[in-house]
Amino acid sequence: MKAVDGVSFTVNKGEILGLAGESACGKTTTALSIMRLHGANAVVEGKILLEGRDILQMSNEELRDFRWKRISMIPQGSMNSLDPVISVGNQITEAIQAHENVHKSEAWKSAEKLLSSVSIDPSRAKNYPHEFSGGMKQRAVIAMALALNPSLVIADEPTTALDVVVQKQLLLLLKELQRNLSISFLFVSHDLSVIGEIADRLAVMYAGKIVEIGPKSVVLKQPSHPYTRALVNSVPRVFGSRQLLHSIPGSPPTGIWPSGCRFHPRCEFAFEPCKQKEPQLEVSMTGVHAACHLISQEKETGFSTKR
Amino acid sequence: MAGAETQGDVHKCDLNGILEIQELTVHFHRKDRIIGRQTTIHAVDRVTLTLSKGETLSLVGESGSGKSTLARTVLKLHHPTSGTILFRNKDIFRQDRTESKSFRKRVQMIFQDPYESLNPQSTVLSSVIEPMIIHGLAKDKRESMASRLLTMVGLDPTSKLDRYPHELSGGERQRVAIARAISLEPELLVADEPVSMLDVSIRLEILHLLQTLKNELHLTYLFITHDLGVARYIGTRIAVMYFGQIVEIAETDELINQPLHHYTNLLLSSIPGSENSQPLAVKADVDYSFSATEPPSGCRFRTRCPKAQEKCALKEPELTELTARHFVACYYPLSR
Repeated sequence: MKAVDGVSFTVNKGEILGLAGESACGKTTTALSIMRLHGANAVVEGKILLEGRDILQMSNEELRDFRWKRISMIPQGSMNSLDPVISVGNQITEAIQAHENVHKSEAWKSAEKLLSSVSIDPSRAKNYPHEFSGGMKQRAVIAMALALNPSLVIADEPTTALDVVVQKQLLLLLKELQRNLSISFLFVSHDLSVIGEIADRLAVMYAGKIVEIGPKSVVLKQPSHPYTRALVNSVPRVFGSRQLLHSIPGSPPTGIWPSGCRFHPRCEFAFEPCKQKEPQLEVSMTGVHAACHLISQEKETGFSTKR
Repeated sequence: MAGAETQGDVHKCDLNGILEIQELTVHFHRKDRIIGRQTTIHAVDRVTLTLSKGETLSLVGESGSGKSTLARTVLKLHHPTSGTILFRNKDIFRQDRTESKSFRKRVQMIFQDPYESLNPQSTVLSSVIEPMIIHGLAKDKRESMASRLLTMVGLDPTSKLDRYPHELSGGERQRVAIARAISLEPELLVADEPVSMLDVSIRLEILHLLQTLKNELHLTYLFITHDLGVARYIGTRIAVMYFGQIVEIAETDELINQPLHHYTNLLLSSIPGSENSQPLAVKADVDYSFSATEPPSGCRFRTRCPKAQEKCALKEPELTELTARHFVACYYPLSR
């Protein structure tokens, strides 16, 4: 089974790239592959270049050095990824000492500093995870991911289990870190509104492929791919006019992908070529990249179909 | 009536009330085995609420605010510490066996996680007919009834009846759970986050299904959600809960466009993509968690409230009707 198929994208320095899509579309597999944390039975082909070096070609020692220092991860459900029997400060200290030859007291000091950078009172470093609230645990994990000044942080659904007020707080924090430390983020989420709030650019995945990628505001406001459009239109909104929304017929494929364009069985605009030929990413009328046969048709005929 | 009136008086006049919750309090006691100290969790505190027939009341609030406890108490899954719940003007905690059985038939629940609410060892058919067996529907009618129910929830009975839950997608499972919930023709459906586990494209289908069923079967919904977008899409009224209490309740659009409580405003301004006119109330360095064991004195939101005054700490504000059908429990509500 192909979980991710022919995916290419670039995260620029200091930007937040959002990776959106429904469950089982390959978001998390993509994220884990970048960290080389995919399962032992996974066959990974292609290249993952960070600052010019291919992560897939690295030896285990090189990789160990690379992780945390150059690239780190805020895993899915990371509130639960803290060790319950070690104090939060010690967990951060451990991570620092595993990579850098520093004295414990020095590492502890940096741990305190990291905690205050995510708005946690440094005196709380000696507390255990159960003494933290959900949002604080999440912030502590973020502090840990930043411990060795990585250039890229992969955040996999970092706000999913959180309440909306705490979520907002975290998004503000990540944005601030991006600005102050010029860290790049790959922000994986199923929630388009969260991505819309935080990302600079947005990639939408469907059935293991990227179907649209471009500046966030363009992708969300004038989607080029019918799937993006359907996704944007199926979220009940709190603000703006109240209208009947249309759901996407059928359900996302799992395991066996349809022929041609993988979205064609659910697409209201599907026509003959969609069933046979797989569309490639190309520049759409709005200037983003999208993989849809309608785009080339629009370009040929010179007018846009009713989408 | 001139001026502000308390909620109790108004709600007594509501003739269409199907469910009346009066001064409901649910506390849980926990004794610490090591130090022997007893702690009390204030899950629901003096909640008064009336559901009119045919409406969808959305109950929103953060996790731990008491939404689920309130819903489960309505279903008699928790016993109240004090207060009453009237269903069709009868106290649900003073029923004899027959009344209780009939009550359980007329009030049903849809749970959050369709992966856990269906027995993995039962086929769709046996899951759907189980309530019919318990409530004594004739044997020969059960199967045809099950087929009809599946069709109603948008599943093909011929291919799905003998399936097991693991063979179904999340959306299909939730449909089966809904089929089972409506199998005894209930009047009130309590739905606890029924779409939060589903993908966005599936979520909308389930919401539309619930809406259709409501119209066809004349149902009343108590709909619990943390998502104000969903609450707005499905609900006729929204009640906002904070720390076991209802702090604001109003018609859906009124509540979203003209929030009066500072907590409602905080929730609204926290929603991604919010273009709320009120200034952003979220601060990055405040711990927004709360401990359910020690409620603050007076207004429980005062510890997080930007407008808190001395008065707020002294006495708990009552839920008061400030404008027509818009109730708020705040001494210094947002200006309109």
